[in-house]
Formats: sequence, C-alpha cells, structure tokens
Amino acid sequence: MRDLLPDMPGGLGVRDLWLARKGKMLLDVPELCLDGPGPTLILGPNGAGKSLLLRCLHGLIAPDRGRVTQGGEPLNDTHKARQAMVFQQPVLLRRSVAANLDFVLRRQSLPRVTRKARMAELLAEGGLDGKARQSARSLSGGEAQRLAILRALALEPETLFLDEPTSALDPGATQAIEQMVLRASARGVRIVMVTHDIGQARRLAADIVMMQGGHVVEHGAAKQVLDAPNSPASRRYLAGGLVT
Amino acid sequence: MIRDLIRAGTLALGILAAPVAAEEPFIVVQSTTSTQNSGLLDYILPGFEAETGIDVRVVAVGTGQAIRNAINGDGDVLLVHSRPAEEQFVADGWGVERLDVMYNDFVLVGPKSDPAEVRGGEDILAALTAIADAQAPFASRGDDSGTHKAEMAHWAAADTDPTGASGTWYRETGSGMGATLNVASGMGAYTLTDRATWLSFGNRGELEILVEGDPRLFNQYGVILVNPEKHPDVRAAAAQRFIDWLTGPDGQGAIASYQLDGEQLFFPNAR
Amino acid sequence: MQGFASEFSSALALIVAGDPELWAIVLLSLQVSVFAVLISAVIGMPVGAALAVARFPGRRVLIVLMNALMGFPPVVVGLLVYLMLSRSGPLGVLELLYTPTAMIIAQVVLVTPIIAALTRQVVEMLAEEYSEQLRSLGVSRLASVPVLLWDARLALVTALLAGFGRAIAEVGAVIIVGGNINHVTRVMTTTIALETSKGNLALALALGAILIGIAIAVNAMVSTLSLRAEQEGLRHA
Repeated sequence: MRDLLPDMPGGLGVRDLWLARKGKMLLDVPELCLDGPGPTLILGPNGAGKSLLLRCLHGLIAPDRGRVTQGGEPLNDTHKARQAMVFQQPVLLRRSVAANLDFVLRRQSLPRVTRKARMAELLAEGGLDGKARQSARSLSGGEAQRLAILRALALEPETLFLDEPTSALDPGATQAIEQMVLRASARGVRIVMVTHDIGQARRLAADIVMMQGGHVVEHGAAKQVLDAPNSPASRRYLAGGLVT
Repeated sequence: MIRDLIRAGTLALGILAAPVAAEEPFIVVQSTTSTQNSGLLDYILPGFEAETGIDVRVVAVGTGQAIRNAINGDGDVLLVHSRPAEEQFVADGWGVERLDVMYNDFVLVGPKSDPAEVRGGEDILAALTAIADAQAPFASRGDDSGTHKAEMAHWAAADTDPTGASGTWYRETGSGMGATLNVASGMGAYTLTDRATWLSFGNRGELEILVEGDPRLFNQYGVILVNPEKHPDVRAAAAQRFIDWLTGPDGQGAIASYQLDGEQLFFPNAR
Repeated sequence: MQGFASEFSSALALIVAGDPELWAIVLLSLQVSVFAVLISAVIGMPVGAALAVARFPGRRVLIVLMNALMGFPPVVVGLLVYLMLSRSGPLGVLELLYTPTAMIIAQVVLVTPIIAALTRQVVEMLAEEYSEQLRSLGVSRLASVPVLLWDARLALVTALLAGFGRAIAEVGAVIIVGGNINHVTRVMTTTIALETSKGNLALALALGAILIGIAIAVNAMVSTLSLRAEQEGLRHA
C-alpha cells in the first residue's frame, strides 16, 4: 500500500488499535496508514466498526490499547484542532444558520472584516446564502447537513471526517453533499468518510478502507478494491451491495 | 425572539428600579397581632410619624415570639400584653423599663347554640369549668402569646388542666388570634379573645360574645425599650421618643379616640 | 354566602380600580420575587449546568441533595435566614432583617435549588446530544456550559418561571424575615395571611385572584414565546 500512495507529511496512522466493550471486541486494527491525499472512504456493512474507527482517528474515543498517530506522533490536541467531523445526524446549535458558523469563526480570533468575508464565502459554498438568518433547526435534512459541513470547514481543517453524512438524504441532496466534499478535497482537505453506499465510494474515493467485524480487511486504491478485491470479505460485501 | 427578551428585560428592570425602601429614620416595634389586627396602630402611628419623621415598622406576632425576637435584638421597642413575661424581660436585663400604655379586656366568645350554657355569665372561671364539664369545643391560641398566657392563667385558677384533653374538645391552633377565631367560627368552638380583635374581626359566623365584664378579664398592655446595653444597635433615641409619645398626652389621646363601629377599643392608662 | 360574594366582588373592584396601597403591595411582591429569581438564576444556572457536564466523585450525592432541597419547607428557610440576619446572628451587623432584602435572600435560598435542579436536567439532556459535536469543535467541558445554557434557553425560561411561581406564592419564609411590616415588607401573600387572620376573607381571596392572574399572565407569555420558537424551529428536536 505504502508503495502505491505518495507519503504525505502528517499522514494518519493506527497501530495495534484494540477497542472492546463488555468483553466484546469492537475494533482490532493492527495497522492502518492513511497517508494518501484522499478522499479515503471507509466502506463496510453495519456494525463493521467504521464509525468507531472514525471516532478513534478523531480522538473522540480513546482505544483500550494501541494508538493513533499523525505525522508519526501520537495524536495530540494540536492535531485534533486541525481535524473536523461531520456526524450522521447533523448536530446544529439551536441558533440561526449564520450563528452556527459564527460560533466556529469567533473561536479563531479573526478580525471582524475577515470573519464577515469568511461567513459570506461559506454560505455561498453551501448554497445557503439566502438562509443566513433562518433558524438552523428549521432547515431541511440536506440543508442541515450542508450547514454541518460548512461549520466543519469553517475550522479550516487539514482532515475532515464524515460519518455517513448522506445516509438519510435523497439523491439530489446527496449529490450536493458529494460535490461539497469533492471541492473540499480539491482544495487540499484530506477527506476520510464513512459510507455503506458502494456507488458513493465509486464516485468519491481515491482509496478505500474495507471493514468487517471490527477488522480492516483491505485497504487500497479505489479502483483496485472495487473492481478486483483481494479479500473474500470485500468480495462478499461488494457482491451483496450490487444486489441490494 | 431577541426583541421579546429585551422587552421583558426592560420591564423587569423597570420594576426593579423603583426604590425598594426609602431611607428615613425608623424604629422596629415588636408587637402583638391584637394591636395590629384591631387597626389601632394603623390609626395612631401616622400622627407620630408626621410629628417626628420617624417611621414606625411594626412586626406583629404573638407576645411570646415578640419577646424572643426582642431578646435577639430584632426590635427597638416591645409593645405587648403579658405583664409577668414583660417584668421577667426587664428583670433579665433585656428591657430598660416597663410602662403601662393602655388596656382593653378579654371576652369569651362562642357559638350561638352555647352547648355549655355560659351565656350572660360574668365569671370567666365558672364559664371555663362549664365548658370543660360539657366537653364543648374550645379553640386555644396555644402559641405562648399574651392571650394564651392569660387563658392558661384562668384555667389554672379554675383548677382545670385542659391540655390533657388536647386534640379532643380542647383544640390548640398554634396560630394568631384571627386564625384562631377563624377556627372557632368554623367548628363552632368557644375561644378567649381580646375585645379589639373581636370587634374588628370580619368572619364571625355563628360566634358571639357570651361572657364579659369579669375583672379578671382585664388586659393590660405595656411598652418597653429594648436595652441598648445588651444590643448596641438599638435605635434608642428614636425608640425613646416613640415611648414618650405613646405614654404622653398625644399618644394617649390618640388611643382613646380610636373607635370601631362606635366602640372604643383601647383605654389609655399610662401614668 | 351571598354577602361573601358581594364582598368579594367589591374587594376585587377595589383592587382593579387601582387602590394605591394594594398596588404598592403587588408591586413590592413583583420586585422582591423578580429580583430573587434573577439572583437565583445567576447562581443556579451555572451550578446546574456544571453538575450536568462535570464528572467528579460525589456528583450523584450533590444532585440528590439539590433535588431534595427543592422541597425544603419555606418556614425552615425563613427561620434559618432569620437566625443569620438577627442582630444576635452572624450577619446581624448588616441590619437586613425586616427589609425587602431579607425577603429576597429567603426566596433566593428557596428558588436556587429549583432552578439549579431543573437546569441540570435540561442541560444534561442537551449535553448528551451535543457532547461529541462540541468536543469535535474543540470546546472544552467548561467552555460548553455557556453554549448549552444558551441553546437550552427556552426550557430554562420555564425553569425560571417555576422558580418565580414558588417565590411569589411563598408566605412562610417571607413573613418571618420580612415581618409583614406595612409599607415596607408587606407583600401579597403576607397580606393574604393578615387579612385572613382579620377575618377579611373576601379581600384575602381577591388578592389571591390577583396572584392567580399574575401566574396566568406569566404562563401565557411563556406559551406565546415557545409557540413563536416552535414556528422558528427553535424547539428541542
């Protein structure tokens, strides 16, 4: 794998990661290295441990054993500050659309003028220009998720994690989210996104992490994983995925 | 939404901005419910306040509580009606000197049906004995007030201990005179009350005066300056002015002129 | 009872017509209770929110204690505050006994646990929803407190009103520490107690009607507010 992808400074790594709850193994990942430019898509059935892995990478969950590294160092607060995450269910503050973005922008101690400019930029990027003053809670599902992504982007992250952001959305809304993700990736944001949608993986992924039962069964370039999977588990999932 | 909050906030501030209490010289008088509920203090105090500019703040509780509050120093003047307790208060050094102010009298009130047949009597001891014998309902203050102390003294003089029947025909309300009258009115019970409270009481129902005129029902009020040596914060000068006024011609005249329904309630007798 | 009905309506007419004495009493009641609720909010909300987000040994015990304090008998509170403020008490030098300030203190003691306990409940529920997102945004537990308080604002207004209801309807504590002094510390509830003891039941009841009127007005305000919030989608999902 490492030979296939160029080594990026600040790449995300996992070593001997082990997570269990109530005696049940949930994650067992001896080694994983996300050092490509992405987007990386984590693919697999429900209960494969995709979301847990994402949370470990973001430092929201501390593994029982092993560690997460960035650029060779154990993940620390400085690293985490350069990461952002979008959840399956967008968690929006009970405030206006603009206030949700401002909440993040204010924390960066930018001059007022810059802040306003960033705000306008972000609203335009998410197609929410006309809704700045509207309550975030009154947005449609697609709009809400777009706002959640904008808020994550407002942090100007190096890495953006997305946990099945389109699982509850219709095709049109899904497409808008995918466009945002691709634009962010093109601007140099490393995307790590969980999905169980094979079509989505095909549309977005540069590399794919295939998971099953808490294990990473395969990690490789998207085309290779999708068209010529090495692992039997990948083959089974992809075959089933084509049927459903 | 925000505008609503601001509007509500402005309203709240407007309410708060009004002065909570104007600062002017004042004294605190620990007194009994009878002087307040009868309306006497509301009637005579404006005269003193106008003359001296001293605001008189009356805390009206039972005599027992008034005395305890005064012992704690939470008052400058004590105006109550239980002579033995007042003399004890002075003897213990809490008060400077006890002065007579005025008197009224106690009356025994009870239901029109008068199950103990005490109507028209002039002997309070005989009436109480009859009530005890008939086991007719009797509402007692039971709160260590001046009236309660007087009632207990009469029971003792009649060689009866009603507290053994507490909870049956003898009901201790543990409340002020008005509340006790409400209880008596509600359950058709006898009770001993000072005449002033009775006359100004609005919820008599079936109650009426049954026994009055016994010299033993005499009810003397005294006034005492709380001892500044015990409590240096006592507003002694202003309090002394109030006591001088109350026991002087102006105060005594004001007391004498207070009438309710054409009846004089208190009789000044300061010496 | 016919006499009572006419007495009641004339008492009510007296109040509504704007008898200045009575309105002064109503105003003082509002002053004292609004002030008490504001102070209780300043103390109780951060405490409740802190208990909702912080994790430390003894936290459960504190929560149980706080919930128990919600039912603290007002008379006991009155007595405790009296003992503190009495000239013989530790705070006697402040000369606060028998002042509106003393009544505010007693009401603060009564209302703060209510606001703190309700705040904890509301904020804990919201914190569950926000926890991961806020951590992801790099907001520390401590820094999340004001965020949660602000986002729970509608539910917190209800908590404030519960506190206000307890404060304005309370008589046992304020009559002890306020002394029910005419023109100084006489509020609606102590006036009701006094008029009842004078046997002026109609006037007492008329004042009670005003008290209920205030309660209805306040609740109507809140319901309008939350209806508006619902339309704006600000309601808790």
